[in-house]
Amino acid sequence: MTSAPLLRVDDLAVSLRLADGRLLPILSDISFTIGRGETLGIVGESGSGKTILSLAVIGLLPESAAVSGSILFDGKPLTGLDDKSLCRIRGSRIGLIFQEPTAALNPAMTIADQIAEGIVLHRGTGWRDARRQAIELLDRMRIDQAVRRADDYPHELSGGQRQRVGIAIALALEPELLIADEPTTALDATVQQEVLGILTEFVREKGVALMLVSHNLGVVAHMASRMLVLYAGTRMEAGETADVLGDPHNPYTRGLLAALPGRTGRGRRMASIPGTVPSLAHLPPGCRFAGRCADEIPQCSQDEPAWRAFGAARGVRCLRALTTESV
Amino acid sequence: MIILMIRRLVGLLLTLLAVSALIFLVMALLPGDPAAIMLGTSASADTLAALRQQLGLDQPLLLRYLQWLGGVLQGDLGRSHTYGVPVAGLITERLAVTLPLAAMAILLSVLIAVPLGVTAAAKRNGLVDLAATLFAQAGIAVPAFWMGLLLILLFSMQLGWTPAGGFPGWHAGFFAALHALLLPALALALPQASVLTRVTRTAVLDVLDEDFLRAARAKGLSRRAALWRHAVPNAMVPVVTMLGLQFTFLVAGAVLIENVFNLPGLGRLAYQALSQRDIIVMQDVVLFFAALVIVVNFSVDLSYLWLDPRLRSGKAFS
Repeated sequence: MTSAPLLRVDDLAVSLRLADGRLLPILSDISFTIGRGETLGIVGESGSGKTILSLAVIGLLPESAAVSGSILFDGKPLTGLDDKSLCRIRGSRIGLIFQEPTAALNPAMTIADQIAEGIVLHRGTGWRDARRQAIELLDRMRIDQAVRRADDYPHELSGGQRQRVGIAIALALEPELLIADEPTTALDATVQQEVLGILTEFVREKGVALMLVSHNLGVVAHMASRMLVLYAGTRMEAGETADVLGDPHNPYTRGLLAALPGRTGRGRRMASIPGTVPSLAHLPPGCRFAGRCADEIPQCSQDEPAWRAFGAARGVRCLRALTTESV
Repeated sequence: MIILMIRRLVGLLLTLLAVSALIFLVMALLPGDPAAIMLGTSASADTLAALRQQLGLDQPLLLRYLQWLGGVLQGDLGRSHTYGVPVAGLITERLAVTLPLAAMAILLSVLIAVPLGVTAAAKRNGLVDLAATLFAQAGIAVPAFWMGLLLILLFSMQLGWTPAGGFPGWHAGFFAALHALLLPALALALPQASVLTRVTRTAVLDVLDEDFLRAARAKGLSRRAALWRHAVPNAMVPVVTMLGLQFTFLVAGAVLIENVFNLPGLGRLAYQALSQRDIIVMQDVVLFFAALVIVVNFSVDLSYLWLDPRLRSGKAFS
């Protein structure tokens, strides 16, 4: 790689300090990069720590969080920056789209003002100018009659429209990196396509790097050139999307693939991974996927397997990967 | 929403009517013959009967009520027996003290409670939060008139900063009048502010975990800007509700405080009218207080529309 990646996360670990003083590990051994204009898909079920990962990158973890490892943005460390410096980056160079557009919008503020606020803050524009830009953005988000809708409050919009406002807020200052945390999960299936379409269009046009966090393999396969699979707070597999999905090395990735609705056409009933994601407070001693894994052997529940990189930018965490062809 | 408001208004007017009947009944059942109290014990039976007739006390209760109510509806509040002047003029004159006093008390209460409550919530379990908790406990425990006495002891007797009581009148100058009202307003405000601090703290804490605050921070807003621009406006509904409820206590507190500080306000007028059995003044002042409380509560209802845009369309927020 000749130029440094836009975002470089190395050995990131996040723990939350509980009320009784103990540390609860949420994320451990997370490393990945995102190049300029690139889309990285981060896949994981709920409880995999993907939301905490998003918040860690934009520096909005709760105060009880303890962070180790490094996050380099454009070559400069974000970890350890004071809040004032982070405020200059947040919104202007890194944007964040929330999962629940309804909850992420201030119910007592018009949508134009919520979009304009960031423009006023970072560009020092007057409110009148910023509102005009906000209306242009709403128009580009294909909100009908943007001029008239600008003074609407969030509750007057549909769910899909609210998320488009959320995207407009995140993209208002044309950030270099956009973090989208399950951007369409809260939306109806038909609206999902539309919102993803608008998001893709904007990201491509402006050359924005996208960190797309989703539990939906289909969405990630469609949008991301590379992907990272998270499970119970750590990475299980990473690589080019086509490689990972075409030749998954971790049984968890294979389980996710088998659980896709499109894959049940061959006369099988829809597969699902048995069991649930272990609670982060009670992780098994060995592999975190042990107990749910179809390919488990006794060693799996002894030590946690190390991350192993192989091939062109691929990596996997599984004792049995890369050893036998049968797995 | 407009229909809802009209229904609410009609309801409030009916409440006011019921209140008027209750006031009248209580005054009529008050022990002691007003005529006898006014004339003293040595009056002859004839003079007593004459006065009773003059006051209309010999007429049936219902008729007297309807006469009073009819007068009030036409803007005629009757004539005070002891002052010998129309009650309407008496109330207007006394309002010039009570209204600024109440307004100052509310203003002081908000100016103390909102910043303190918001800071306590933002820095939960910090020093300010602890101070706010202590203030709230003390404020709930200490009644306004006792607070007034303590304030007089400290600021008037010890420090000599403010007059211990009395009111120079507005003709003595705006600031001189304000100066005289400062201490009683503070005595009224402190107990209210303590409760309001608590309500503000809880209301702000309730919205602090909301996603839209994190979204505001993700835009690059500082913690303080996100707090004041996004959290506080969304926490105001319970605060304004509490202010509306407190207004009732403010009116009750004003009666006591005006007596503690010897201020010629409505509360003092009510107190004097009661001790002199100036029934018509009593009725009018209490009815006026009741109307004031009802108007304030209706204004609070209206303010919800302004504070929470979701209520304007009458649609529930999913």
